[in-house]
Amino acid sequence: MTKPAYVEQQFEDIEQQTHAATLGMWVFLSTEILFFGVLFCSYMTCRTRWPDAFRHGSEDLFLWIGGINTAVLLTSSLFMALAVRSAARGDNRRVAIWLCITTAFGVAFLGIKGFEYAQDAKERLIPEYNFSTISTEDAGKPPSKQDPRPQQEQLFMVFYFIMTGFHALHMLAGVGVLLVLLIMTLRGRFSAEYHNPIEIAGLYWHFVDIVWVFLYPALYLLRQA
Amino acid sequence: MTTATFIPAARRVKELNFLNHDYSIHSWLMTKDHKRIAILYMVSITFFFIIGGVAAMLIRLELISPTNWLVASETYNKLFTMHGVIMVWFFLIPSIPAVLGNFLMPLMLGARDVAFPKLNMASWYLYVIGGVFTLVALLWGGVDTGWTFYTPLSSTFSNTHVVMVVVGVFIVGFSTIFTGLNFIVTTHSMRCPGMTWFRMPLFVWGIYATSVIQVLATPVLAMTLALVAIERIWRVGIFDPALGGDPLLFQHLFWFYSHPAVYIMILPGMAVESELITCFSRKEPFGYIFIAFSSVAIAILGFLVWAHHMFVAGISVYSGLVFSMLSMIVAVPSAIKVFNWTATLYKGSISLQTPMLYALGFIGLFTMGGLTGVMLATLGLDVHVHDTYFVIAHFHYIMVGGMVMTYMGGLHFWWPKITGRMYNEWWGKMSALTIFLGFNLTFFPQFILGYLGMPRRYPAYPPEFQFYNVLSSAGASILAVGYILPLVYLLLSLRYGKKAGKNPYRATGLEWTTTSPPPEHNFHSIPVITHEPYAYHLELREPPEEQPSD
Amino acid sequence: MSGIPFVPSEGSTFAPKVDALFLFELTVAAFFTFLIFTCIVYFCIRYRRRSEDEIPPKMPSHYGLEITWTIVPFLLMLVMYFWGASLYVDMKRPGENGLEIHVIAKQWMWKIEHPEGVREINELHVPVGIPVRLILASQDVIHDFFVPAFRMKQDLIPGSYVTEWFQATQVGTFRLFCAQYCGMGHSTMVGKVVVLSPHDYQAWVAGAGPAEPPAAAGKKLFTTYGCVQCHGQRAPTLAGLYGSKVALQDGRMVIADEQYLRMAITDPSSQIVAGYPAIMPSFKGQLSEEQLYELIQFIKSLTPVRNTPYGNISQPPAAPLGAPSTQPAPGDQPQAVPNFPPAERPDSPPSQQQGPQS
Repeated sequence: MTKPAYVEQQFEDIEQQTHAATLGMWVFLSTEILFFGVLFCSYMTCRTRWPDAFRHGSEDLFLWIGGINTAVLLTSSLFMALAVRSAARGDNRRVAIWLCITTAFGVAFLGIKGFEYAQDAKERLIPEYNFSTISTEDAGKPPSKQDPRPQQEQLFMVFYFIMTGFHALHMLAGVGVLLVLLIMTLRGRFSAEYHNPIEIAGLYWHFVDIVWVFLYPALYLLRQA
Repeated sequence: MTTATFIPAARRVKELNFLNHDYSIHSWLMTKDHKRIAILYMVSITFFFIIGGVAAMLIRLELISPTNWLVASETYNKLFTMHGVIMVWFFLIPSIPAVLGNFLMPLMLGARDVAFPKLNMASWYLYVIGGVFTLVALLWGGVDTGWTFYTPLSSTFSNTHVVMVVVGVFIVGFSTIFTGLNFIVTTHSMRCPGMTWFRMPLFVWGIYATSVIQVLATPVLAMTLALVAIERIWRVGIFDPALGGDPLLFQHLFWFYSHPAVYIMILPGMAVESELITCFSRKEPFGYIFIAFSSVAIAILGFLVWAHHMFVAGISVYSGLVFSMLSMIVAVPSAIKVFNWTATLYKGSISLQTPMLYALGFIGLFTMGGLTGVMLATLGLDVHVHDTYFVIAHFHYIMVGGMVMTYMGGLHFWWPKITGRMYNEWWGKMSALTIFLGFNLTFFPQFILGYLGMPRRYPAYPPEFQFYNVLSSAGASILAVGYILPLVYLLLSLRYGKKAGKNPYRATGLEWTTTSPPPEHNFHSIPVITHEPYAYHLELREPPEEQPSD
Repeated sequence: MSGIPFVPSEGSTFAPKVDALFLFELTVAAFFTFLIFTCIVYFCIRYRRRSEDEIPPKMPSHYGLEITWTIVPFLLMLVMYFWGASLYVDMKRPGENGLEIHVIAKQWMWKIEHPEGVREINELHVPVGIPVRLILASQDVIHDFFVPAFRMKQDLIPGSYVTEWFQATQVGTFRLFCAQYCGMGHSTMVGKVVVLSPHDYQAWVAGAGPAEPPAAAGKKLFTTYGCVQCHGQRAPTLAGLYGSKVALQDGRMVIADEQYLRMAITDPSSQIVAGYPAIMPSFKGQLSEEQLYELIQFIKSLTPVRNTPYGNISQPPAAPLGAPSTQPAPGDQPQAVPNFPPAERPDSPPSQQQGPQS
């Protein structure tokens, strides 16, 4: 009994390989939950310790940029889901299109994030580098009208950059994976019988999306209306 | 039960196995064969064990005298830090899973390899890269924070290469995570037909439980150490109170990983123990289900007890009460296992060969280590003995008296399978006894030292503690001999040892149905399981195989 | 102590209790160890392999046995748990009518200050038979104040106050160790606890020379740093504060202990009192550990009846025992006190400010 080329030598058949690969991705995602969990845990602990400074921090972030990025990322997940659906049908042409669009949205997310970081720098929010307790908005006002930032807001900013930074790294890895899959699709490596790599890449992409869905409210939305 | 591959002697040509089918370095360094990866790990962890062992010898030498006679305090601090870092992350955690687990899991499950062989290879390379970072830090001046990296000492005050070591541990952490991931998926997806969960050897249960912990706990360590590195480089204020941070947050995050980590270190030892006791009693384990579920229970409960390392650290009384109770509960499954192993001996057919000596030593020493653990979990008592040599003695009883004994036992037990050679049995027994005696002489006095009040991490101490320190150091030299001996005779066996047949011990288990060493792809045809595991009553009815002539 | 020691001397009320608990656990441990050891040896002899062909009988699972050896150890451990927990709770509840002593740890020494203002380094003199409550602070990394003879130990966390207490039961000298690794000099951070009879202790305090009690020094700081300008008028009054319950703005109810007072000075924005604006400046970094303690002792002295959660504790004296009428100026070294570096003070008191500092 010869196995198709897309079944690796350690597996008996495609079902076993698919089962193993999918389970493997779920286990990997659970490690990522623990990985990000440390950041969320530490963030929440520090937030409870300095509620005022952290609220200030949330208010100083660019809500609208974060909001656009949320929309971008959620939409990219839609296209990823479409790619998985087309892959199950063996429709390689559509798979390539959807993967292309997903990647584009992913790159857009990263670009907007970069733009946001530049804006944060302009606003003098980078801790240890150019953090200023007086925002640019307040710079011209007399001291009695200023609303200075608490020093502890730097800690908020540390968490903001670390958490969104690690998230962005995961996005970058995801974009890389999608590009590889795109090339493989264009080379005709996938079919209705064998398309599991696209499915599990979809799992990964959705997971990174979900992390953002937690990051956005935790960092941006805990503010006074 | 056995696959028939009988080839008459007259027609026997050089049998190709996983070792001799290709001798090139490229075939070794680019291998995806789980058996070769196991050997790569065996060599690497032995290398690190020697380094960690040398650090231990220097520590024990220094402690012969109450004053700093051999090394200055700074050097001593670096020695115990490197001893801890290397032994925990580069020896103990990988040892049984990465060496014996890698070799045996596919064989025991009737599979051709693990689920992700390339990932397995990557795990070894991550291990090596992590090791390189740590070694560079060692050679470049060492690290003096202790393996526990408490802040703000590690994040702000230490002047040594903390970031480099932390990067090394971060990387080797991913090696552990990927190995664990591989074993979990292998156990779920690669069992051969007929191999239900309750027909798996207990070794697999133990490695599986270990893998669950590896996969869930290690990411926490990775991120915590990353935060320490970030704090060191950019002086932020997560853990350093002078910058507004909380040192206890570090401790909670660190111990949330490091307590399950100790179960990563002992569960594989228990996994091997189940195999040794059953083979050398020629009986099924007493209470298979209980041993299997105890492994899972330890894995789960192990995540709930971390703050028992912090009873005097400044946590609330309420936290102390909760964690002490949970720590008592987590001791119960281990007790169940000890009783079941002992009961397995009842009405068995017991042979005291080398692996069995290690296995029996394990039961005694693990029992002592575990019971002293219960003492440490007792709140009022822990206040006195925390951070003293009592704790050091406790965890060395478990790690060295427990885990390393089973690693040695397992290494000896499966040596014929891995290498195709028998080692010298007399030297095996001698080494086992030497290790047992040397170990007890080294670490039992430390219980007394701890209760007397000698704190940890002290190169210089009051003179009334010298007597026990000298005893302990004397024991350490005997222990060292006990570890050097197997290095010699096991290596010699590769050239001079008697050739081993498929199943020299008449053990059950699929690994014993292959040739010794096994062929590259394990099985000519995938086995089908039709009966329960440890069917010694069936195995022993077959005549013993003829051992091959040299 | 002649011969080879096994157990440290019992120097506090806790020591015999801890030793009793340990003896119990040791007995249980020894019992189970010997039980397992005996079984192993017996089984290995009785059931040794006599013939290569012997086939051991199959042993069925014995649920009764499994349950027994699950429940019995667990019940034993429950006994240990409750015994240890009750001892621990006692350790956390300081005895009443005791002495409060301040300990500051820094790499790598112990600085001790008595309520009368007497200071010591690496030595702690205490009276026997009276509860002593230590208020512990660290200037740099985590240390640990460990006296084996008293069976007590507590980590000192920088940036916080922690407390531990003991009551010495015999006169003598006992070893003091730092039990949390703190860097190069960790093993040199040792000292002694000298337990004296109450009479000898008073004599020692008196003989240590004139010293300014921390509460008196704190009173001066209270003015120098401008606290007096707000507190008592627009800021919460401090008289009667120590030991009382405080309602905070975020809804929490806390007890105003030393840690609360410390946080109020170094990080006021984290615990704004309900009904007050968040305008108190932080004095973090401006006050040394000694000065912080002095201020807090002064605030404590403003509570006339000390119905604290720790029972009635004797008032920190506002004047030193047997001191001449003129107070020594800050910075002067009292004669009998060992060489002790003067507390770090800022060059000049900060200018008065409203609002948070940048």
